[in-house]
Amino acid sequence: MKEYSFTEKKDTRSGFGAGMAALGKTNPEVVALCADLVASLKLDAFIKDSPERFIQCGIAEANMIGVAAGLAISGYIPYATTFANFGSGRVYDQIRQSVAYSNSNVKICVSHAGLTLGEDGATHQILEDLAMMRAMPGMTVINPCDYNQTKAATIAIADFDGPVYLRFGRPVVPVFTDADQKFEIGKAWMVNQGKDVSIFATGHLVWEAIQAGEILAKEGIDAEIINIHTIKPLDEEAILKSVTKTGCAVTAEEHQLNGGLGDAVCQLLGRKLPTPVEMVGVNNSFGESGTPAQLMEKYGLNARSIVSKVHAAIKRKELIENLI
Amino acid sequence: MELAQLKNTASQIRRDIVRMVHACQSGHPGGSLGCADLVVALYFHEMTINEEKGDGGYLKFSRAGQNEDLFFLSNGHISPLFYSVLAHRGYFAPAELSTFRKINSRLQGHPATHEHLPGIRIASGSLGQGLSVASGAAKAKKLRGDNCNVYVLMGDGEQQEGQVWEAAQFASHYQLDNLIAIIDWNKQQIDGPTEKVMSNKDLKAKYEAFGWATIDLENGNDMQLTLDALAKAKQLKGQNKPIMILMKSEMGYGVDYMMGTHKWHGTAPNDEQLKTALLQLEETVGDY
Repeated sequence: MKEYSFTEKKDTRSGFGAGMAALGKTNPEVVALCADLVASLKLDAFIKDSPERFIQCGIAEANMIGVAAGLAISGYIPYATTFANFGSGRVYDQIRQSVAYSNSNVKICVSHAGLTLGEDGATHQILEDLAMMRAMPGMTVINPCDYNQTKAATIAIADFDGPVYLRFGRPVVPVFTDADQKFEIGKAWMVNQGKDVSIFATGHLVWEAIQAGEILAKEGIDAEIINIHTIKPLDEEAILKSVTKTGCAVTAEEHQLNGGLGDAVCQLLGRKLPTPVEMVGVNNSFGESGTPAQLMEKYGLNARSIVSKVHAAIKRKELIENLI
Repeated sequence: MELAQLKNTASQIRRDIVRMVHACQSGHPGGSLGCADLVVALYFHEMTINEEKGDGGYLKFSRAGQNEDLFFLSNGHISPLFYSVLAHRGYFAPAELSTFRKINSRLQGHPATHEHLPGIRIASGSLGQGLSVASGAAKAKKLRGDNCNVYVLMGDGEQQEGQVWEAAQFASHYQLDNLIAIIDWNKQQIDGPTEKVMSNKDLKAKYEAFGWATIDLENGNDMQLTLDALAKAKQLKGQNKPIMILMKSEMGYGVDYMMGTHKWHGTAPNDEQLKTALLQLEETVGDY
């Protein structure tokens, strides 16, 4: 089992900011738009280097998406940025018509996704955005796991022609992936190979899955952990290959159980390889105020929950094996 | 194109509109007829577009439209007009107009890029989005040092959408004087007179308060007045303000029984009504 450690904690949104700063220097077609949240999106470095390519849109997200589409039509690569709540549900129809249906090369890059937004509470804690964006034809949906991966994804999507929803977050979390990694859209990342259960995790839950893997190893359970940073298109091959080996799966995400990664994995397995699956996620409820750590604990989005779901998944697998 | 030719073209396009809507028994003739003079004036007189021809002798179309004037149709339901103008301007064969709203057609109910119809740069239909898109394109032209203009047509009922006013403040804030917007102020919408459904009040004062320059076009169904308004709009460039043409028009213009009512917003004529309409609209360029 590969051991993962970290020397520092950073927020994934800062990874986005670092990616933008790099793009500012290397890609003259990249423009950044923001709806009055420049500091939260860590755009300062990009703006300092390329002020003429930053377009402040004010608190008017619907217009920002349309403006981004207009810039994309004209050949620019617009990165439209705001909180995940305001960059998905609030502007669903604008994204649908002017971006996705029109195949406009707009990158919707959103921070403060999920419960870990923390104290601001449920009004801002979007937990349905992956579901909305997954449902939208033509949309690529990416949810990277740490600072380095977010930076790499931010840079990689500039070279991809088409609409992208890139989702990241507010809190500082362990930095455990390589600084010089190559980000491949749609290609799952094997965190740890194993044979007893497949854990498919995305975003902040990848680190929790690694922690769960260590606990499970002590119990004698050999977990395979895969980072599904691209929710759509889903790396079906990686998932089917893993489950063929392990025979059961657990999904983990900072999102509703409805419509997110777990749903995507279940849909795939239901069609191609029916398998016991347990899901870690928020179960049909809104969030609330609290620290990120308190919220992840209260809503069961942590290593302990993953371990418990792994036990349940393995039990179901064994039940089926015994029946056969 | 000269005035007489423009009028002839508009007459032919009105025939196309009525025939297209009749053929599929759906679509929106009222606003299409009302805006025909304006969109003909734009495409056949005012706008600079790439005249180069490509495959099949049709105009070469680039979605980016660098060094071209761009037109965005925000009130996408008047697609019959848009399609007929694009076809007669040379983007595709007028014969294709017969596929409007039918299965496997590039001429979708509302304009779309999805089927790659030349001349369309963005999907529209869900109202209120076109001014934002046009503002983004106008901003892009400024960034690239491209001196051409961006035109966008909206409905007056569409002014009820909040996003329109987000875009109005954006265009003004960024001093997009290469953006020329037109409101089809026909005072009708689906549920009745706009004044009754949700009053627009004083659109001129509203846009001026948002920092726009405004032009009154007292009769958007008078070709000469329309040309004058468009010429005046261009002259206002350099004042660092986006430009709004408030175009008073008659919904259903050219077909007597469709005029002065909201009832032909989204209704197709039957066989008898088609005959009556075509008697009032001269065939000039030739029916598709």
